[in-house]
Amino acid sequence: MNGETRCREEGNPFLPHPARIVRTYPLTQDVKFFQIRFLNMDQALAFKYKPGQFAMISVLGAGEAPFCLSSPPSRPGLLEFCIRKAGSVTGALFDLKENAMIGVRGPYGNGFPIEQMAGRDILITIGGLGVAPLRSVLLYCLDNRDQFGKVSVLYGAKKPSEMIFREEYFALKERGDLECHLAVDADDTGSWTENVGVVTTLFPKLSKVNPENTYALVCGPPVMYKFVLREFVKLSIPKNQILMTLERRMKCGVGKCGHCAIDYIYTCLDGPVFTYWDVLHMRELI
Amino acid sequence: MRIVKLKKEYFHPFLDVISRQAELWAPVKKGDKHIFDRVEDFNRIEMKTTRTLLPPKKLLVPPAFNTFTFNAEGYQEDLSHVSSKILFGIHPCDIHGLLTLDKLFMHEYTDPYYVKARQKTLILGLSCWPDEYCFAKSTRTHIIDEGFDLFFTDLEDFFLVWVGSSQGDDLLRMKPDLFEETLSDSDIQRYIRWQTERDKAYRTEINFMAMPDLMELKYKAPFWEEAGRACLACGSCSMVCPTCNCYNVLDKLALGGKPGRRLRLWDSCTLVEYSEVAGGENFREHKADRLRLWYTHKLQAYVSKYGKPSCVGCGRCLVTCPVEINVRTISKALEGEDPKAFWYRLPSEVKP
Ligand SMILES: Cc1cc2nc3c(=O)[nH]c(=O)nc-3n(C[C@H](O)[C@H](O)[C@H](O)COP(=O)(O)OP(=O)(O)OC[C@H]3O[C@@H](n4cnc5c(N)ncnc54)[C@H](O)[C@@H]3O)c2cc1C
Ligand code: SF4
Ligand code: SF4
Ligand code: FES
Repeated sequence: MNGETRCREEGNPFLPHPARIVRTYPLTQDVKFFQIRFLNMDQALAFKYKPGQFAMISVLGAGEAPFCLSSPPSRPGLLEFCIRKAGSVTGALFDLKENAMIGVRGPYGNGFPIEQMAGRDILITIGGLGVAPLRSVLLYCLDNRDQFGKVSVLYGAKKPSEMIFREEYFALKERGDLECHLAVDADDTGSWTENVGVVTTLFPKLSKVNPENTYALVCGPPVMYKFVLREFVKLSIPKNQILMTLERRMKCGVGKCGHCAIDYIYTCLDGPVFTYWDVLHMRELI
Repeated sequence: MRIVKLKKEYFHPFLDVISRQAELWAPVKKGDKHIFDRVEDFNRIEMKTTRTLLPPKKLLVPPAFNTFTFNAEGYQEDLSHVSSKILFGIHPCDIHGLLTLDKLFMHEYTDPYYVKARQKTLILGLSCWPDEYCFAKSTRTHIIDEGFDLFFTDLEDFFLVWVGSSQGDDLLRMKPDLFEETLSDSDIQRYIRWQTERDKAYRTEINFMAMPDLMELKYKAPFWEEAGRACLACGSCSMVCPTCNCYNVLDKLALGGKPGRRLRLWDSCTLVEYSEVAGGENFREHKADRLRLWYTHKLQAYVSKYGKPSCVGCGRCLVTCPVEINVRTISKALEGEDPKAFWYRLPSEVKP
C-alpha cells in the first residue's frame, strides 16, 4: 500500500535525526504545538511525506513515540505537530523550550491516498485531537485548491477552549471556497457563537453531498468513530472512500516490534489510514 | 547440493580448526535442560538433545541489547552484540525459525541489528530425533534445504554433511583431508533408513492447513475465554518461541560517566501493557483477546501471507506454558475436540 512514499533510507532506520524545536506554545490545557526543523538541511529535504503519515519523535532518555504530521507537505522545511501530554515522552517534550534538541525519524505509515483524492469532493470530520492528521490533509487541499472539488469541514471539540487551532478554523469560515461548521459539546464561556452539540449534529448543516464523488475523512477519539461512520453511510458514501486514521501502540514504526499488529497487518506499515471497508472485514480494527 | 562424509573421530579435530575463526556456540547441558552456550571444551556439546530452552534467536536478537548510545554531542550506533559466531547443533525447525525471522527483519525497513548479526553468524545444522512434543513434520520444518552453511546428519559412526553455502565450503577447506567426497552405497542406504525411521517417530500431528479457516470460524468460541482465564500472562510462550519477534524499547539515562542508551527488550503480546494506548484505552484488555492475537499470528496470518504457519513445530510452547496453552491444545480446541489440557479442565475443577 503506497510503498512508493516510504523513504527507504540507507543505513540505520532506528537512528533518529537531530532536530530543533523552532516554536512551541500551548494550544489547549494539555495540548501543545511544536514546530520542528532538522539540523541537517539534506535531511529536511529528504523528508518527503504525505498527509496522514507520522513520525517517531525521541526525547533521549525519556523515549520515543509516534505523532502525526500536522503540517502539509506543500509547506516544506518545517514539521508541525500537535501533541497531548499523556505520559513520559510527551511529558518530557512539554518540558522542552524553544531551540531544544530532539530526534525525529520517518515519515512512516501509508498516509491518505491524495493521488486518488485529487479531483474529488473532500469531507473532513474532526473530533478533538483528530485535528492533528486532518489539518495536514486540509491545508494540503487548500494549498492545492484547484486540484480538489468541494471541500467541507465539520469540527467538534468538548468546549471552546479545547478547540485546537480555533482561530485557524474561524478564519476558514470566512473563506468562500470551502464549507466549515464548528461545534462544541458544551459552551462554558457564554460567548460561543457557533453550534453546541456533538460533531454529528453538524451533518444536517452540510450542503448537498455527491456521495460517489466524495472522500470522507474522520479522525477523533475512539468513541466518535461509530457515530460519524453511521452518518457517512447514511450519506451513501462508498465504504472504500471513507477514510480514517487509527491509533495503536507503536514502538518501531517500521513493522518490526509487533506492537501495532491487528489481525495480519501492522498499523505502522499498512495504516494508520484505513478505509471503512478495511474496518469491516478486519477484526479488532475499531 | 554437495554432500560429504565426516567420520565421528574427525569431528572434534574439525571443530578445533574452525573454532579458531569465531566463537563456537552449541547446545550444552544446564540442569535437566539444554541451552546454547559458548563452548571451548567440545566434550560439553550435547549431540542428542531435543529443543534447547531458548531458540537460537537469542544470539541474533539478544533478550536485551543497546541499539545506540547518546550524550550531549549526539548518538552513536551500538553494534556490540554483533560478533563472529559459529552456531553448531541447530535443528531443522530452528533453522526454519531463523528463516522466518529473516523474512521479517530483512523485509522492507531492513533492521541492521539483526542483519549484521546474521551476516556474522555461520549456521551448522544438526539432525535430531523427535520426542512426544515435536511436530515439525506437520509444519514441514523437519527437513531443510536452505538457511545453513553446513548441515550434519548424525548416522552414528559418521556424519553426512550438506554444504549449503560458500562460507560452509570455506570451513571444510580449512581441513579438507577430514572429509570424504565419495559416499558408498551403504552410506546412502544408511541415510535413507535413518530418514524413514525418523519420519515415523513423530507422534504429534497437527493439521495446519485447516487452521486459518478454523481461526476465522472459531474466533468467538467459548474455549478462548477459558484459555484466557487460565493464562498467567507471563509471556514465556513468546520468549521460547523461535518465531516470536516482538520487542519493547527503553531509554536509560546517562549514569556514572556512562552515556545514555536506548535498549531493545524481548516483549510478548500476552502481556497486559502490550496494546495499551494513551488515555488508558486498551484494545486487548482481556487475556483471551491477547491469546487470540498470538494464535492468529501463528496459525492464520502468516499462512495467508506466506502459505505456511509461522509455527515451526519445535514444541517449546508445549513444554513451557505452565497451564498447557500451546499450539497443540489450541488446535485441538479449534478442531472441536477436548484438548485434555489443564486450562480446559479448569472451569469445571475450580468452582467459583
Ligand atoms: C500513528 C499515531 C499517531 C499519533 N499522533 C499523535 C498526535 O499527533 N498527537 C498526539 O498527542 N498523540 C499522537 N499519538 C499518540 C502518542 O503516540 C501517545 O500519546 C504517546 O506515545 C504517549 O507516549 P508517552 O511516553 O508520553 O506515554 P507513556 O508514558 O508511554 O504512556 C502513557 C499512556 O500512553 C500509552 N502509550 C504509550 N505508548 C503509546 C503509543 N506509542 N501510542 C499510543 N499510546 C501509547 C500508554 O499505554 C499509556 O496509557 C499518535 C499515536 C499513533 C500510533
Ligand atoms: S508456536 Fe510453539 S511449537 Fe510453534 S514454533 Fe512457537 S514455540 Fe515452537
Ligand atoms: S499462554 Fe502460557 S506461557 Fe503464554 S503467557 Fe499465558 S500462561 Fe504464560
Ligand atoms: S510499530 Fe512496531 S510493528 Fe508497527
